[in-house]
Amino acid sequence: MNGWPALDRFLRADPRDVGCAEAMEMLHVYVDLVAAGGPAEQRYPGIAAHLRACGPCGEDFEALLAAVRDDAG
Amino acid sequence: MPGQFLSAPERPARRRGAPRTMIPVNHVVDEIPGRLDPESAEWLRVLGGAGPRREAALARLHEMLLRIAQREARRRGPRILIAGPELEDLAYQAAADALMAITAKLSQFRGESRFTTWAYRFVILEVSAKLGRHFWRRPDVRLEAEDWDRLPDRFGFEPARESEWRDLLAALRRAVDTELTARQREVFVAIVVNDVPLDALAVRLGSNRNALYKMMFDARRKLRAVLAANGYLDDDDSGRS
Repeated sequence: MNGWPALDRFLRADPRDVGCAEAMEMLHVYVDLVAAGGPAEQRYPGIAAHLRACGPCGEDFEALLAAVRDDAG
Repeated sequence: MPGQFLSAPERPARRRGAPRTMIPVNHVVDEIPGRLDPESAEWLRVLGGAGPRREAALARLHEMLLRIAQREARRRGPRILIAGPELEDLAYQAAADALMAITAKLSQFRGESRFTTWAYRFVILEVSAKLGRHFWRRPDVRLEAEDWDRLPDRFGFEPARESEWRDLLAALRRAVDTELTARQREVFVAIVVNDVPLDALAVRLGSNRNALYKMMFDARRKLRAVLAANGYLDDDDSGRS
């Protein structure tokens, strides 16, 4: 731990991170698993790492999850 | 429910000698029926068919896509300073383009998710891309400006510790100037210092989200290594959060 947690989090580059292209290619699969309460982070750790680090992909993930949950509701 | 209109089995109109459908039914329906939930299978059968049932399905899907596009556009629009009819147009265009992409790529659906989840992804990515293009219409955007003074707020630096973070920021700026390639520096400054959205920067640089993210990924790793070597951050490069 250090005194600059936000900067430290931002600069940390998780080696498992799969990048935007692969994360977006599998986003629908990942979202269905999350919506079903499945172990999405365990099954797809590279996508989970990416969605934590990439603002735009994280926002697309949240939007897709909200749309799916709206349907279910 | 999205599939309510799909109650009867699909019976596409056929002429003698004519193909069974105008557009081939997605192979997933025939080859791995057990993988698909009934609603997804029905979507594929109807969209892969022809006639009024297909038209009704397209209209229903467009309505669903438009609802998502409008919600996302309204949620993200204020950040890009877009509102009113222009924002509504953007949502309509996103829904129309997504519907076109979905019908063109229907045969690529592999049944790994519900059909609607797969389809919704198209419209959300369309909204992101269109908002990225719109960003550059803002009169206050200047890619050349560098406002390093906004970084303390961005990273939550407390005023009481200004003497400490002044040193840290100076070290970060030196590292940006000396450790990054010219292209990495350009991307880092635009995204981190000037707060340009990644999709908008991709439009301006003729690149894409993935390529710029990978560039930033490498830049972040380099900068962290330098700051850690100089004692500003912990010397722990596992990268996992």
